[in-house]
Amino acid sequence: MSRIAFRLALTGLAAGLSLALFQPAAQAAEAGPKPPALTWSFSGPFGKFDRAQLQRGFKVFKEVCASCHGASLVAFRNLSQPGGPEFTPGQVAALAATYQIKDGPNEAGEMFERPGRPADRFPSPFANEQAARAAQGGAYPPDFSVLAKARTYTRGFPTFVFDIFTQYQEQGPDYIHALMTGYKEPPAGFPALLPGQNYNEYMPGHLIAMPNPLSNGQVEYPKGADGKSPVPETVDQYARDVAAFMVWMAEPHLEQRKRIGLQVMAFLTIFAFLLYYTKKKVWSRMPDGSPVH
Amino acid sequence: MSGHSSYVPKTGIERWLDVRLPIIRLAHDSAVSYPVPRNLNYLWTFGGILVFMLVAQIITGIVLVMHYTPHASMAFNSVEHIMRDVNYGWLLRYLHSNGASMFFIAVYVHIFRGLYYGSYKAPREVLWILGVVIFLLMMATAFMGYVLPWGQMSFWGATVITNLFSALPVIGETIVTFLWGGYSVDNPTLNRFFSLHYLLPFMIFGVVVLHIWALHVVGQNNPTGVEVKNVAKDTVPFTPYATVKDIFGMVVFMILFAWFVFYQPNFMGHADNYIPANPASTPAHIVPEWYFLPFYAILRAIPDKLGGVLAMGAAIVVLAFLPWIDTSKVKSMSYRPIGRQLFWAFVVVCIGLGYLGAMPAEGGYVIASQIFTVLYFGFFVALFVVGLFERPKALPTSIADSVLASKGGSAARVATATAAEPNVKG
Repeated sequence: MSRIAFRLALTGLAAGLSLALFQPAAQAAEAGPKPPALTWSFSGPFGKFDRAQLQRGFKVFKEVCASCHGASLVAFRNLSQPGGPEFTPGQVAALAATYQIKDGPNEAGEMFERPGRPADRFPSPFANEQAARAAQGGAYPPDFSVLAKARTYTRGFPTFVFDIFTQYQEQGPDYIHALMTGYKEPPAGFPALLPGQNYNEYMPGHLIAMPNPLSNGQVEYPKGADGKSPVPETVDQYARDVAAFMVWMAEPHLEQRKRIGLQVMAFLTIFAFLLYYTKKKVWSRMPDGSPVH
Repeated sequence: MSGHSSYVPKTGIERWLDVRLPIIRLAHDSAVSYPVPRNLNYLWTFGGILVFMLVAQIITGIVLVMHYTPHASMAFNSVEHIMRDVNYGWLLRYLHSNGASMFFIAVYVHIFRGLYYGSYKAPREVLWILGVVIFLLMMATAFMGYVLPWGQMSFWGATVITNLFSALPVIGETIVTFLWGGYSVDNPTLNRFFSLHYLLPFMIFGVVVLHIWALHVVGQNNPTGVEVKNVAKDTVPFTPYATVKDIFGMVVFMILFAWFVFYQPNFMGHADNYIPANPASTPAHIVPEWYFLPFYAILRAIPDKLGGVLAMGAAIVVLAFLPWIDTSKVKSMSYRPIGRQLFWAFVVVCIGLGYLGAMPAEGGYVIASQIFTVLYFGFFVALFVVGLFERPKALPTSIADSVLASKGGSAARVATATAAEPNVKG
């Protein structure tokens, strides 16, 4: 009798599992295409940021994104710290001085504006969320400080298990790049766009308030020796560069983390081997000297 | 387990201290001469690993508190301040957040090991129940810790879970107001969760002391489930045998821990928790941390709110009654042909529930969750029924015999060894 019960239970289990595994396919269809996985210099156990890319990404951020998006947790001084874009301290001081920072109160009890210093954080383009929404037709441009870690897409089973071994964790920049390059004409049959709505292939639900911010040639990149930019001045390249810059903003100690990680892994592995052979030696004899186990 | 103490004070200071406070004797008896069954496998190293994780969480947590601000308008930025401006703050924070997940990985291995080898059976009932208490305290601590960064998932997770108490009749609403410290999840909620998140680990520590004390009274179970009969033949002293094995297990576990901390620090978290808490905007999917997912699936499987809460509670509390639910006299599933299959089916059910807990509560997922919930509780019913008539395989007469029998495959090697060492008992 229990055999029957057991088989019934197993059948139920199989039915449940198949139901559970069958379902995601239907769901994925409505979520839209997955962002393509790009190659990033900072991925993997030896990953490092590409300084030139971060500097270009900063230029895109400053000239395009920063007109609506803040980066309120990032200080100017961060731009010259190791593991980032590594501008020189002089460049950073000069950059900071171009911003007006609200400070105070002074001896007279009044707030005043002064040129920025490296220790200041990036001033946000809007005084508060309400001001931003009022200026943007109700939409709120999110702060960029940790946005690259706050955006993702569903990896699904079993991909998310493989991600542990491949160390894939660039959902954020992949999604940001896809979003920047995903502005398209809505497909036939898509409901007519209202004012303030834009169609984007990768936005969940496809409707995004932000108009396409980038166009080819919009940002001038530093020239190489031959008088031309070493990378193309295209939307695709801008999107890659600004996404990389956003990863650095969200994870400014990424390089240090991976470097220390390698040292820790090497130490632990060697230590584990030593312990394993110590254990074998100890367990080769019983307390009375007999050689079992 | 061993009746008398084998500690002999060697120096004058030790002798002086021993008659006044025999603390060195206590340490010696519990961590040096304490006899452990000689056939323990690596699953038994997870007890030590859990002690390591608890201490690691407490130490990293104490340092994090020095830089964290428990205020609704400052908590998120203070965590980012730790990540950006505090020296090695990113390391402390990632150790602590991933440490919670590693703690649960270890505790689930530990619990399933206890299930498989029948470690809850007499005389270890109190030891097992103390373990269930620790598990409950861990869940409360982890839940409140996840609220502290005050991201979207922190806020909405706290809202959903605290709201569950409102399902209780009569007192429900009062309890929820009490938990919130107001009429919604807000700054008072964050403050009391922070306070309790600091308190509970020390309560866990206290119950862990009781757990280890109970363990040292009844002795460890072992893969055969046969109790120690002859201390000299069946056991080895804790030091050096168990110490070196436990430390090796811990270091291997640390490699896994370090993999996540240094290479995949956000793998087990939610992207939404990097968005500051916003009471005006609900995330598309509110999902708890992975270690709560099986229980979350059970909660959502029941259409009635109170029923769901009771089922979820029962799913944990039922574990405490295992010593009396399992009717089999045989401890180890290795000797239980049907029990063993039930065990593995239960493991699959728990993983399945975990998967379903991460999926949206709609359509086929709900039906699958309901099937799996029935199977989850069905395991305990089946364990009760099967134990009544199951015919176990023959048990080894002693631990020493089982060790020698398992070496039988390499009989030639054992024979030569025996020839070389005539003092080996057959």
